[in-house]
Amino acid sequence: MSFQPVHFYQTGTFTVGNRLLAQEERSVQANMERTNSLNSGHRACQGCGEALGARYAIDAAMKAASGRLIAANATGCLEVFSTPYPETSWQIPWIHSLFGNTAAVATGIAAAIKVKRHKGQMGDVRVVAQGGDGGTTDIGFGCLSGMFERNDDVLYICYDNGGYMNTGVQRSSATPPAARTATTMPVGPEPGNAFGQGKFVPAIAMAHEIPYVATATVADLRDLEYKVTKAMGMRGARYIHILVPCPLGWGAASEDTIKLARLAKETGIFPVFEAEGGELTSSLKIRRQQPVEEYLKLQKRYAHLFGKTPAVATIARLQAAADKNIRKYGLLDQEAN
Amino acid sequence: MEKPFAITLDPGSSLANHTGSWRTSRPVYLDRLPPCNKQCPAGEDIQGWLFHAESGDYESAWRHLTKDNPFPAIMGRVCYHTCEGACNRGQLDAPVGINSVEHFLGDEALKQGWKLTPPASESGKHVLVVGAGPSGMSAAYHLRRFGHSVTLYEAGPLLGGMMRFGIPKYRLPRDILEAEMQRVVDLGVTVKLNSKVDNILKTMEEGKFDAAFLAVGAHIGKRAMIPAGDAAKIIDAISLLRSMEGEDKPLLGRRVVVYGGGNTAIDVARTAKRMGAEPLIVYRRTRDKMPAHDFELEEALQEGIMVKWLSTIKQAHESSLTIEKMALDSKGFPQPTGEFETIEADSLVLALGQDVDLGLLEGVPGLKVTDGVVEVGPNMMTGYAGIFAGGDMVPAERNVTVGIGHGKQAARHIDGWLRGEQYLPPVQREVATFDKLNTWYYADAPKTVRPMLDIIRRQSTFDEVQGALDESNALFEARRCLSCGNCFECDNCYGVCPDNAVIKLGPGNRFQFNYDYCKGCGMCVAECPCGAIKMEAEEI
Amino acid sequence: MLKQTEGSHAVAEAVGLCRPEVICAYPISPQTHIVEGLGEMVKAGEIQDCEFINVESEFAAMSVAIGSSATGARTYTATASQGLLFMAEAVYNASGLGLPIVMTVANRAIGAPINIWNDHTDALSQRDSGWIQLFAETNQEALDLHIQAFKLAEEVSLPVMVCMDGFILTHAYERVDVPTQEQVDAFLPPYEPRQVLDPTDPVSIGAMVGPEAFSEVRYLAHAKQMQALELIPRLAEQFKAVFGRDSGGLTHSYLLDDAETVVVAMGSVLGTIKDTVDEMRAAGEKIGVLGITSYRPFPLDNVRAALQNAQRVVVLEKSLAVGIGGVLSTDVRMAMSGLQLHGHTVVAGLGGRAITRKSLRALFAKAVRGELGHLTFLDLDWNVVNKQLERERTTRRSGPAAESMLRDIGVIATGIV
Repeated sequence: MSFQPVHFYQTGTFTVGNRLLAQEERSVQANMERTNSLNSGHRACQGCGEALGARYAIDAAMKAASGRLIAANATGCLEVFSTPYPETSWQIPWIHSLFGNTAAVATGIAAAIKVKRHKGQMGDVRVVAQGGDGGTTDIGFGCLSGMFERNDDVLYICYDNGGYMNTGVQRSSATPPAARTATTMPVGPEPGNAFGQGKFVPAIAMAHEIPYVATATVADLRDLEYKVTKAMGMRGARYIHILVPCPLGWGAASEDTIKLARLAKETGIFPVFEAEGGELTSSLKIRRQQPVEEYLKLQKRYAHLFGKTPAVATIARLQAAADKNIRKYGLLDQEAN
Repeated sequence: MEKPFAITLDPGSSLANHTGSWRTSRPVYLDRLPPCNKQCPAGEDIQGWLFHAESGDYESAWRHLTKDNPFPAIMGRVCYHTCEGACNRGQLDAPVGINSVEHFLGDEALKQGWKLTPPASESGKHVLVVGAGPSGMSAAYHLRRFGHSVTLYEAGPLLGGMMRFGIPKYRLPRDILEAEMQRVVDLGVTVKLNSKVDNILKTMEEGKFDAAFLAVGAHIGKRAMIPAGDAAKIIDAISLLRSMEGEDKPLLGRRVVVYGGGNTAIDVARTAKRMGAEPLIVYRRTRDKMPAHDFELEEALQEGIMVKWLSTIKQAHESSLTIEKMALDSKGFPQPTGEFETIEADSLVLALGQDVDLGLLEGVPGLKVTDGVVEVGPNMMTGYAGIFAGGDMVPAERNVTVGIGHGKQAARHIDGWLRGEQYLPPVQREVATFDKLNTWYYADAPKTVRPMLDIIRRQSTFDEVQGALDESNALFEARRCLSCGNCFECDNCYGVCPDNAVIKLGPGNRFQFNYDYCKGCGMCVAECPCGAIKMEAEEI
Repeated sequence: MLKQTEGSHAVAEAVGLCRPEVICAYPISPQTHIVEGLGEMVKAGEIQDCEFINVESEFAAMSVAIGSSATGARTYTATASQGLLFMAEAVYNASGLGLPIVMTVANRAIGAPINIWNDHTDALSQRDSGWIQLFAETNQEALDLHIQAFKLAEEVSLPVMVCMDGFILTHAYERVDVPTQEQVDAFLPPYEPRQVLDPTDPVSIGAMVGPEAFSEVRYLAHAKQMQALELIPRLAEQFKAVFGRDSGGLTHSYLLDDAETVVVAMGSVLGTIKDTVDEMRAAGEKIGVLGITSYRPFPLDNVRAALQNAQRVVVLEKSLAVGIGGVLSTDVRMAMSGLQLHGHTVVAGLGGRAITRKSLRALFAKAVRGELGHLTFLDLDWNVVNKQLERERTTRRSGPAAESMLRDIGVIATGIV
């Protein structure tokens, strides 16, 4: 069962709220009483996709857990901008330990809860672990895989902005090919990040055959909330990978954060889907397909592709990658073909 | 809990950090003018009433609509809905069927028996309205709403003016017309039928009126100088349409030629078709130059009406007409070619426009009459203080909607004038053009088309051609509105702010920015579907 | 109850009696028997209400422990050697966050060259991590220290590392007195955390702290260890009251009253040293022993008091601070500051090299004669060392040192390896 769009004109499922919807069908973010798990006053950049994605996800998780939630957070932008002494933006029990151990910390929390619950000292408290792509796909990958393999009762959320933005925009294994970072400068015969084999952790998570894997973007709140809610309704290891554009690292306008996330999905560059037990169960269809240029040209990290002599071949490779995603994850509505 | 120093912090304490100080520009909410509202000659707040219709609150929608226009059932049938041409949704898929929703609301009101809102108090002023057409009836309605006494003089035996005599019943069934007229009368309008005003000043003096609104319409059919034999049967379109309302239907014969290219010409031809004739429209220019609305022509063609383009009538005989072929010159004007032909015709109907009978204004000082119509100021007042005019008798496009708009505007100015004040129309807001919208957020929803009467019945009966939407269709159609330029509380700004700097004030109360935390990223502006937020540079 | 059992198993039983709630396990010799034992006890239901988690690395082990401890669970793990280094980042984190985790370190050398045998290099590498580090002399003490460790950790809200010599203690079958559950319950109350992740009282744990408060945070960590310095002897007394045994405390003194020569050491080697000292005492030598139980916090005052009447100190340690000499010695010498006595550092038993009474007796005799240098490597094979040094002097590509020396010794040539 995939996310069912509400065909409610004028806005259908795409806006945050909709006064015409029944209360129970409304988004968490539309609620006047939403948790604001990540509160105002945090020090994220203007237009930060991660700050947005984190509030979207954690508020939804809070609702699903009836407010009984503990979060473990990897080192990174989200941690740094939310909890510099003497202020924290978190309104939920939250712990930051290290960069690479968040999945394991969450395992420990879940284990403690299980014991405390069995002893009658605690109710049903749920656990979320969260980190950026560096903390997830690189340094924290060992712990993440271990958590998956043991099927620990943790929902791990990766906020993927494609690089180490906190340390000044360096390459991570989630940095897309051709993108400029501080360690993949647009110089030399192969400017920007090299075309490697890629490391798409959602697919690796699926290979663990954990109960639930999903991807989402900050551009589609209803889909994101649906997935978080669904994940929270399940037990065991669950993984949600959310694309969160980074105005700083991507060299994009702060108001374009959601637009970029939308284009990433609409071009096929970032496939939005869900999988259960290792099998793809649904994908969010492309609504208005766009060529990858529309996505790339809004970002200075790809500016070298659009110079005096556009890097046609490189753009074609990126388009081919998007097209492969479209085929692999069935991103175009078959009925339309 | 005794917490470890610095490492462990109290929840939500970052509120102490006012990140609003980072901002170089700030978002502000605004209401832009939706293009439909801007376009509406009757000044309807279309978006406003659609808003109520979207939630199925049809009575509120109807009440909102009738603040500006008391005749939605008529409008829903005869308005040329230029609003739909302006509708931003037209650039997305198809314009919102504003007219069809108005049609539905008008019919729903009649079905439910909703009454217009009577005035809260009486002003003690007395206003004369001359003419019971769209403009006069609209003025009467609005003047009553202001609490003024209204006496309406109508030369004819029935209310409605051109809505009755100029529009065939297959477009506007008469029970609908009468019901909406009566609803205005029920507000306490004194109606004097068959009462032609011959001298306005005298009538005003005798009736001790404080002001007058004239809307006598244009009822005198223009006659072209066509040499005609005695036996030739020539009739003007307005007379023909008027006679359709009486007991004795005109005898036109089988072959009816209609001369003209306006909507009236089409109306006449379609009327003739329904009377069993074989109408032919003769028009001197081409289809794209034709003043009639294309949809009307299209419907006429569907019904089997023929058109002879680029032709003028040179002479009328007993059962034939001499036609000269025309050619368009470089400026698009038709020029005679000297080529002639003869066509058969049992009768010729002239639909060449109408003139106004300005007899009642004779002897009124200060008036200025140009091209057969009375000049009025921006306040709809003629050169004679206290006498206002509107509708077809003033310089403007002539249609029902324009007339209704005149009636409303005039009523407002009359009200101001009676109070010794000047009515100041609200300042025109900036227009919510398509580029201000983020249309991603609107679900794909093609227009719902109103059912059309089958072609056989259209050709042979006066049954209404265009049906109404049913409730679910009307709801669907109302919900296609994009709410251009005006917040409809979609919660996008509230949701997309990474800094939770938007305060939701609750249903109906919209939102407010919390500038203590707003960093000025502009995402709320970019993601507002309807263009109701803009960025302003921060004064530093 | 007295029983003949393996050191590791004794520790596992002690941990089990402490009612742990979360145990993380990753195998590394010589610690494995402890978690194996605990795993079996949890699975068999002998330890109730406990989650036993097989993690994928030591780094994960300590990280899981951090999570569970922060959620209010009494948490235990064990490691050694490379494992301790692999979890080092999390080791510092656990103490920085003030989480009362108890961890056994079955002391083992650190490679390269890889070596699974006992010395103290692993634990001492973490001396500045902020953990309390207790060293057990015997299996009985190892067992007892674990029970005290939980109480100590939870009182001061700091993690405690109980160090016991790998193989020498962990794999030795000895008679130990295993306390009853009632005894342990009487001594160790349920865990009452100072901070906990609790949805009804949310806090953010692990904030980023800048220059404005970092020094204060670090001072407070030091202050807590100073509190532990006072608490440790009190706990030992309480322990004695419940269990009837002297165990733990800051230091153990042996024949110090009139000692002119004092040998300072940690862990199981104290037994051999005491035997040697007994022999020398019998021969009329005024020699005594000071065993350090609490390495962190380091009992400077106790050590100074113990040494103030001596003439010379021999610090015998199973660790080497490469480039200077001793690790334990540095701290002992700090305690000696201002005292007029001779100090000697002896590095012994590295990588499991046997420390024999014979060698010790010769060593101590040499010290008494005033012939011992400042830094001595006990029983070093100078032939091998000199050969290798010569090789490296003369040949650029001299090859891997360890393998070359093994060849010199003849192990490779004789086909033993």
